[in-house]
Amino acid sequence: MAATASRPSAPAPSEDRLGGARLVDAYRAMVLARALDERCLSLQRQGRIGFYAPHAGQEAALVGSALAVAAEDWVFPAYREMTVALVRGASLQAVVDQLFGDAGDLAKGRQMPNHFAFRDQHFVSASSPIGTQIPQAVGAAMAARYRKQAITTITYFGDGATSSNDFHAGLNFAGVFRAPTIFFCQNNEWAISLPRERQTRSSTLAMKAEAYGFPGVVVDGNDVNAVYAAVRAARARAVAGDGPTLIEAQVYRFGPHSTSDDPRRYRADAQVEEARRRDPVARLRAELLAAQLLDEAADAALAEEARTRIGEAIGRAEATPALEPLSIFDDVFAQPTARLAEQRTDCAAHLAPGGRSS
Amino acid sequence: MTELTLVQAVNRGLQEAMRADPDVIVLGEDVGVNGGVFRATEGLLKEFGADRVLDTPLSETGIVGSAIGMALYGLKPVAEIQFLDFIYPAFDQIVSELAKMRYRSGGQFPCHVVVRAPYGGGIKGGLYHSQSTEAYFCHTAGLKVVVPSTPADAKGLLRTAIADEDPVLFLEPKRIYRSVTGEVPDGDHRVPFGSARTVRAGSDVSVFAYGAMVPVVTEAAAALEAEGISAEVIDLRSLVPLDEEAVLASVGRTGRAVVVHEAARCCGFGAEVAAVLAEKAFYSLKAPIARVTGYDTPFPYALENVYLPGPDRVVAAVRDTVRAG
Ligand SMILES: Cc1ncc(C[n+]2csc(CCOP(=O)(O)OP(=O)(O)O)c2C)c(N)n1
Ligand SMILES: [Mg+2]
Repeated sequence: MAATASRPSAPAPSEDRLGGARLVDAYRAMVLARALDERCLSLQRQGRIGFYAPHAGQEAALVGSALAVAAEDWVFPAYREMTVALVRGASLQAVVDQLFGDAGDLAKGRQMPNHFAFRDQHFVSASSPIGTQIPQAVGAAMAARYRKQAITTITYFGDGATSSNDFHAGLNFAGVFRAPTIFFCQNNEWAISLPRERQTRSSTLAMKAEAYGFPGVVVDGNDVNAVYAAVRAARARAVAGDGPTLIEAQVYRFGPHSTSDDPRRYRADAQVEEARRRDPVARLRAELLAAQLLDEAADAALAEEARTRIGEAIGRAEATPALEPLSIFDDVFAQPTARLAEQRTDCAAHLAPGGRSS
Repeated sequence: MTELTLVQAVNRGLQEAMRADPDVIVLGEDVGVNGGVFRATEGLLKEFGADRVLDTPLSETGIVGSAIGMALYGLKPVAEIQFLDFIYPAFDQIVSELAKMRYRSGGQFPCHVVVRAPYGGGIKGGLYHSQSTEAYFCHTAGLKVVVPSTPADAKGLLRTAIADEDPVLFLEPKRIYRSVTGEVPDGDHRVPFGSARTVRAGSDVSVFAYGAMVPVVTEAAAALEAEGISAEVIDLRSLVPLDEEAVLASVGRTGRAVVVHEAARCCGFGAEVAAVLAEKAFYSLKAPIARVTGYDTPFPYALENVYLPGPDRVVAAVRDTVRAG
């Protein structure tokens, strides 16, 4: 398929800092991300959505990286990257519809919340198995280069994923083939209950790149501009034909691993409190206020705007019809096999009022 | 028509598909300079260059994982797994990713990769160069699984696999890579999926097989003929999708069924064929369905001929079935 040439292309190669209005835009995206996160946790507690995996604490890493790549680039996400999809132009409604698994979900309710897929945003379908997206991002980058398209792929994963075989396979392939890929590791210090020290004896995750023959860099993931600059540099290297980069964005997961997790079993509240002092959203807010790019009133308006948009999207999602039951048979193959057609007919008979019950 | 061995037909299918479409690329271990350990990719590097014939690092996870990424981007990768026995590092990529990509994205991300793998015993390959584990993959929704037994089908099914829109596991019966030769149609020859092939017509019993078991069953049928038993031999060649119509029609005529595969019996594909017959052809059956399969042991090295079904075991099972009713 052709890369979508009609979209806005990458920021100028020379630009390695977000400033002025673009920095305010980054902040707006982070405010939306934080508000959406809080709202989703409460939706799950109220039983209105089935599951949720929060990203609070990771907003600067998410937004900074998303702004640093181009629309024609491809994203291979894990499950905490809804904000990346939003920055790339996925609609808030589409995101919320996925969480609800309603008829508006572009992925037709096939996956748990947080497992997004947005074709138009080159945001590849996320799955649960940890690390599987990593070699896929490398293959897509190799394909783009084969097509002589100067794009890059960026793949997101956590500290835990650096122990997966897919991580090593992916980085090794990228090194050997000099694939234009950015490996964006959000080291949030936890993989469910296991601290980062339990994943590796290496002093950083970034240093693992060295063994594969390309650079690895550590970046303060709470600093949106530091993340932006690191990803810009990695992208420039990639499109210049200089190969991949591993970026370790050091962040902290403020919330539970997911709504099924109780972090008090494995970490002290004091550690969370300490990390919250480095809150990326508060940090950027303070920067913008100091630089007079924002004032209290404008900030309050941004927060209000986020809340309103989220509330509206949820309202619409809850008014959206449920999925058509027989849609479970679609998309297994491009065309249904005779066997699937038969099972669909069986299922339809079973579902019909007064239908047969076998 | 050209007379080719089965492995030459695979090679020809790859070459013609690559000539026809620059999006087709081949990747795997030793597929380039060496032309594949079985020579299935011989000559491709020379003709198509290192951009299209990729000698990869030794990582099946990496081979299939990167092939998935290529396919998502729009290429048509054909990944070689050196032996089916070594596919397991890629099992997660195949089962969790490749097979489910279209479905889990609501159709937004079709993902068409062909995974080729030589499979099966009879080459003195021991536990890890002999297995026939197609059932794992047939059990996975979203994968197509095909197995040629003739050179013509090898090329024809491979061309169809590469042109298909869904992921395909293309299993090559390595035992008959070179022992079987046959006429292969020149040019764009395609064999549709989901259509079984009648190897020989018969009236007393239907014998279903695929891959390297087809010549075994054919030999058995000839011996049975001499005893006055007329066996119909059906090469399933496409396990998913299965040509149920052909299976049912044959048993509708003969009233008896024997299913043959070299894979272990427990949950082997023969169980699926037997179940379809039990569900849909029960009243046509004159005798219990029989299975002739590998045993439920790991694949043995020195005694592989004990493990593998041969014509004698097929003959015995058919005789029993015909005598049973
Ligand atoms: C292969 C695999 N093993 C186990 C799990 C269960 N699991 C889900 S998330 C997770 C931890 C992941 O940690 P990390 O990579 O650091 O990402 P984070 O959740 O912190 O974003 C585990 C063990 C899984 N999804 N996949
Ligand atoms: Mg983590």
